[in-house]
This record gives sequence, C-alpha cells and structure tokens, in this order.
Amino acid sequence: MDGLIHQIVSGIASGGIYASVALALVMIYQATHHVNFAQGEMAMFSTYIALTLIQAGVPYWVAFIIVVPVSFLMGAVIQRVLMEPLAKAPVLASVGVFIGLLLVFNSIAGWIFTYTTKPFPTPFGEGKPLLNGFVSRHELGSTMITLVVLLSIWAFFRFTKLGLAMRAAAFNPVSSRLVGVPVDKMLALGWGLAAAIGAIAGMMVAPVVFLDPNMMAGVLLYAFAGALLGGITNPLGAVIGGFAVGIVENILGAYVVGTELKLSVALFIIVVVLVLKPAGLFGKTVVSRV
Amino acid sequence: MPTLLEVKALHGAYGESKVLHGLDFIVEEGGVTTLLGANGAGKTTTLRAISGMIKVSGEIIFAGERIDGLATEAVAKRGIAHVPDGRGTFMELTVEENLRLGSFLRNDKAGVASDMERVFDLFPKLKERLFQQAGTLSGGEQQMLAIGRALLLRPKLLLLDEPSFGLAPLIVRGIFETMGRIVRETKVSILVVEQNASLALAIADRAYLLETGRIVMSGAADDIRKDETLRRSYLGY
Amino acid sequence: MNPTFLRAFPWLFFVAAAVLPILGASDYQLLQLTLVVVYAIAVLGLNLVTGYNGQVSLGHGAFYAIGAYTTAILMDKWGIPYWATLPVSAVVCAGVGFLIGLPALRLGGMYLALTTFALAVATPQLLKYKLFEEYTGGVQGISLDKPEAPFGLPLNPDQWLYLFSLAIGGVIFLLASNMVGGRIGRALRAIRDQPTAAEAMGIDLASFKTRAFAVSACFTGVSGSLGAIAIQFVAPDAFGVPKSLDFFTGMVVGGGASIGGAVMGGIFIEFVPNIADELSRLFAQIAPGIEKLPPGAISGAILIAFMFLMPGGLASLLRVINRKRR
Repeated sequence: MDGLIHQIVSGIASGGIYASVALALVMIYQATHHVNFAQGEMAMFSTYIALTLIQAGVPYWVAFIIVVPVSFLMGAVIQRVLMEPLAKAPVLASVGVFIGLLLVFNSIAGWIFTYTTKPFPTPFGEGKPLLNGFVSRHELGSTMITLVVLLSIWAFFRFTKLGLAMRAAAFNPVSSRLVGVPVDKMLALGWGLAAAIGAIAGMMVAPVVFLDPNMMAGVLLYAFAGALLGGITNPLGAVIGGFAVGIVENILGAYVVGTELKLSVALFIIVVVLVLKPAGLFGKTVVSRV
Repeated sequence: MPTLLEVKALHGAYGESKVLHGLDFIVEEGGVTTLLGANGAGKTTTLRAISGMIKVSGEIIFAGERIDGLATEAVAKRGIAHVPDGRGTFMELTVEENLRLGSFLRNDKAGVASDMERVFDLFPKLKERLFQQAGTLSGGEQQMLAIGRALLLRPKLLLLDEPSFGLAPLIVRGIFETMGRIVRETKVSILVVEQNASLALAIADRAYLLETGRIVMSGAADDIRKDETLRRSYLGY
Repeated sequence: MNPTFLRAFPWLFFVAAAVLPILGASDYQLLQLTLVVVYAIAVLGLNLVTGYNGQVSLGHGAFYAIGAYTTAILMDKWGIPYWATLPVSAVVCAGVGFLIGLPALRLGGMYLALTTFALAVATPQLLKYKLFEEYTGGVQGISLDKPEAPFGLPLNPDQWLYLFSLAIGGVIFLLASNMVGGRIGRALRAIRDQPTAAEAMGIDLASFKTRAFAVSACFTGVSGSLGAIAIQFVAPDAFGVPKSLDFFTGMVVGGGASIGGAVMGGIFIEFVPNIADELSRLFAQIAPGIEKLPPGAISGAILIAFMFLMPGGLASLLRVINRKRR
C-alpha cells in the first residue's frame, strides 16, 4: 500500500511536469493547429542555459528568473522568423521546420555541452522525504511550482485583456483583427509563453532524470499522450491528461510492464485515444468543411 | 455634411479574380450610407477592401488619411468597426468576452463602461445572456452581439455587412430600428451593405447600387425610394 | 536534355554504379556506397507514403528496425542464409505496415506525424524489452557475419555485398517507378492533394492508403535487412528517433515525390558527416577556433532551409533546370 501511495505521489509530481508541457503544446496547437515537435528540445536547451549560469556561480533562483524570459524571447523569435511565413503551408512543410528545429537544438546542445549526463541542482534541498516518507522534497517543490505555473496561466487567460486577446486570436483570427487585436503578435506571445513553460518544466525534471541532450524526448512523449488524452483543443483537459498520464505511467511501470516499457505506455495511450476518441476526453470533435 | 470616407477608383481582387472595377463613392459624417446590390455584386468585397482584408488598388481616404494598404488591425485602430458577413462571433467565448474584445483598443475604463451600458440599453437581450457561450445564441442575438461589439470600439465609422442575412423578418426589423437609434443617439456614421433594398433605404441618407463590381446608380435614399420606376428597374420592387 | 537521354539515364547510372566502384573503390568506400543504396531504398519507402501519398511518417525507423532485426534473428538463431531472410523481412514488414496503416487512416496530417513520432521514440525501448531478449539480444544486440561471394566469383565480401544490395535496390526502384508512373501513382497523388475529390471519383481511400503504408514499410524494411547485413550488427539504440529523422531529412533533401530524389536522399544521409566536416573547414577559415560542426545541426539547418527555399527537394531543382534548358 505504501508503495502504491508513493507511486501515485511520484506520478502526480511527474504528472505536473507533463501537464505543463502538455499545456504548452495545446497553446500552440490551438493558435496554429501545429504540434510543436521541437518543444522538448527547446526546453532542454533552456535547462542547459540555466545549468551554465548556475555553474558560473549564479544562485539558482536568479538563474531561474533569467532563463524564463530568455526562453520566452527564444520562442517568440522562432515564431516570428520561422513559423509565421509557413502559416498557410501544408502539413509537411511545418513538420519539416519543427523537425529541423529539433535536430538543431539537440545537436547544438550536444556540441556545446557534450552528451555526458550532468546532475542538475534542485532548489528544494536534498534530504529526508517528507510526509511519512511518501514524497521527496523535490517532488513536493516541483509539484508546487508546476501548480503555480498552471494557475498563473489560467488566471492570465481568464482575467487579463491580453489573455483574452490571445484566446480570441487562436479561435478566430479574422474577427480578432477586426477589433484591433494584432494577431501576429499574439501568436509570437503564445510561442514565447509555451517556451517559458517548457523551460520551467525542464528545470523541474532535470534534477530527477539528469541533464543530457535527450532528456526531454520521453517527457515530450508523455506530454503528447496527456494532451491527446485530455483533448488537444482543451487546455484544462490537457492538464488533467498530463496528470493522469503521470500517475498511470508510474503505476503501470511499477506493477505491470516494468520501467523499461514506460514509453510504450505513452505510445499505447496515443494510439488508443486517436483511434477511439480523437478529440480526447474533454475535447470537441471538429467537423471540417469540405 | 463633411466627408468621412472617400473611395476613389477602387479595384479589388481575390487573387486572380477581379471583383471591384473602379468604385467611387463617399460616406458622409453622421449619416447612413447604404451600398445595395444583388448576390455577387461585390458588396462584401468592398467592405473587406476598406478593412484591409484584400489587396486593392486605388484610394481609400478616411478622415483625411489614406488607409488603403493598412493592416486590418490598423484600420480598426483608426476608428472603423466592421461587422462582417456571418457576424464573426467568437463562438467559444461568452457574450461578455465578445463585448470586452470590442473594447480591446481602448484604455478609458469609464468610457467603456458607459458604452457597455448603452449596448445593453439598445440590446437588452445581450444583458440577459451575458455569461452564456456566444455560440449558443440565436442568429438575431449574434447579430446584436456583433453590432454591440463593434460599438464598443467607439468607432467613427461602422461597417455593416448584410445585417438582415439569414434572419427572420421580425428580428431584422428590430435590428434596423435599433440601427436608427444608434444613428440618432451616437455620433457614429454607418455604411451598411444590404441585399434587402427597402429596409436599407428606410434608414439611409444616401444609397449606391453596385452591380458586378461597378456603381451603376447613386442618389439620396429618399429620392430613390420615392421613384417607382427607378425602384422597379434597378431594385426589383 | 533530350527525352531519350532522360529515359536512358537511370539505366546508364545503374550500370556505372555497378561497374565503377568494383574497379576502383576501397573496401571502406564500398561499405559507404552500400549504405547509400540501403538508405536510398529506405527513403524511397518513405517517399511513397509521405511524398506521393501525403501521409507524414516520422517513424519509418521502426520499419527499418523490424527488417533489420528480422534478418538478424533469422540468421543468428536459425542460421538462415542472408539472402533468404529478405523475402521474410519483406512480408513481415508489409504486414506490420498494413496493420499500422489501418489506424493511420483515421489520422490526418499532424496527428499521424505525432503518432509515428511516438513510435520512433518508443522503438528502442520496445526492442530492449526483457520478454524478447532471448531473440533480440537485449541491449547488446546481435552480431552477424558478412556473407562471402557465391559461386566462387572473384569478388571480396564488400564488393559482393555492394552488388547484391545494388541489385535488390534496382529491382525495388524499378517496381516503385512502375507504380508511381501509372494509375497507382496518380491515385496516390490525388489522395494526397484532394482526398475528398479523389474519393468522389471512386478511389478507395482506405484501400490505397493502407496498401501504400504496407508497400512503404516493405521497402524500408528490406533496406533495414540489407543495412543489418552490411553493418554486421543490430542494436536497439541505433533505431530510435535519429534514424527516423534521418530518413525524413533525406526525403526532403532529395525530393519527396520523386524516385530519383530517394537516391539523392540516400547519398545525403550517408555523407552528411562529410558535409559537416567540409562546412567546418570553411567556417574555420572565417572563424578559427570553432571545432567540427555537429552533423545533426547541419541536417536540421538544411531541412529548414529546404522547407523555405526548395520544398520539392533537389529533384525539383533538377526539374526546373531541365525545363529551362528546353
């Protein structure tokens, strides 16, 4: 029983990270109908930047506060320079650019920082597990951070003018322009936010799995599964899906398929969702006009 | 009345297919101008041209400034509110959010609040359904919402694309009556594009008739309404 | 470029490709050329389903892996001769391709890309799975022996393997060329460009799309078998995301809807480290101190550049040049 509780708690902690990345994916998907395959590599690269700063003597939270806006800028610039021109291009073209970005980020990270796995510090302290030994300090801290991030994003979209404008731009760019919303800038903002979220997720996951250029591949896959499970058109659904995948992955990994097959669980979820209910649990089926 | 909007030698096309073949017309300040025509005459295209949604050649002058070639957002910023064909409702957002988007460009909280009150006064139904999802509104209510959203820009010029489209006659009459109120109570000038000539002529000051991308008739709305032969031959009623 | 030359060119190229390396290439170069053939076939498979049929697959490394492991297991566990494993591999991969093609029907564009990407990510883990370890050799993989030339031909193993692969490649390319040149090719392209219209014209979308997947998987799988024999080794980590993305990049660079493009794609994949080296040398002249540029970044940058400047790949460039000459 203890073991199960710990698996669930761990699952919530990793689920928080998957939920954050899933949210980033959904934000970009809603606005552009593109899946950002390079989301993981961008987050990984941001995490390396953080590590470099920390190794240069910058205190953890200062590095954190620097890396987040830097990642935001990186995302916004990529959207303006690379994705904007391809807004109306066929699927293959945008997939090509995403894959290209993936390769560039992954390769440059390995080139600059080498492929050896590196430890990444946790700001929450090593030390004894809390709450009767069910949750490590990092798991608790990481879950808190991801909840803060998710709630902030929700509040931003729900209550601010800019958040409303971004949602409008994603739903109906034509009408948005008619009320004066600069749709292109909103898309850049969305990408920036997604990149910032990804950076935070990367910094939360690195202490657990150690930092190397391929660190985010698995996380991205779980995030995909979570986003699809919850509904790739529904941000709240994606978040719930992310948490669900975290818990399921942990439990199945511990008791059913073994840790070596955890990624296949994600693949299985993706296939099942897309074949049975492509809109996900909470998404809306889109009818496409001919 | 001074000229608010002037269109000179306007040519417009969708890609290769040319739709507008040299339009000249003006919209006077403080009045209602209507652009009449059958399906495919180019009415919607004309409004799209003003809003910078298509490529044009020629001149569009608004409040003394050239606006042809500007991006849609920039045109909105200059004070032109466009209620598009099909209403352009943000279906997934609530009525309140739709209206709030109308005030996106503004910073005067008090002004926005009073304009919101005026919208509720003109369209009480919107206040009733304030927190409903806009997609669940009826066609007529969505039209009211679209006009309300446009008014929240506090525009100098309101472009209306076929407000009668797809709506029951009773609802349409109500909307046109409200448009009359808008003209009387605010300083907004209106350019309304319509297939339904009798409705439009009832509230308009000036009218233009568009036929396959060209203006074939223009005059005071009253004169056109009273001239039976003109009405029969050009407008079919 | 007169049309007769154009039609004869592939045959001339094939003969030259068969003869010249045997006369002049070193063993290592022969291995490289063998891999060019292998990757060309792999990219051809991807071309069929993505370039011609519009179903974006980021997971063709999985089919490559299945072909490679089928051959490796048959040779290693049951001593089956290398050439006999190819038909088995072809059938197995076609079957798997068909099975994957079925759910793929429901998925369009981005979703299919996503699912195949997930497949690519999960493949190494699946290959390392403990239950299969007895057959797959787990993390360590399987080692194979290089086949000797048969019938006492005066060729060393590398030369023989090259000619063997080239022959298989020739057959496959001929098959593919016939397919896309005729009714099937037109149907595939119609489905890619205007699926609803194609269906309205009586083309059975489901049948064509699943069969395209099956044939595509078959080709790429056979190339995996040849690759395994050439490298004499299969191990799970070689068949992950990088493999699938290599094929994707090769397809884009060569030209998605092009038979000849697959050949250029194969050349690109095999020699991209060399391209990276050359570029590093160039850069070193401008900015000394930069060590070798990573091949992955070069591939990625080229991929992005092609998407903007030459989405039809090098094949489209040749077509444009050809048209201008006339």
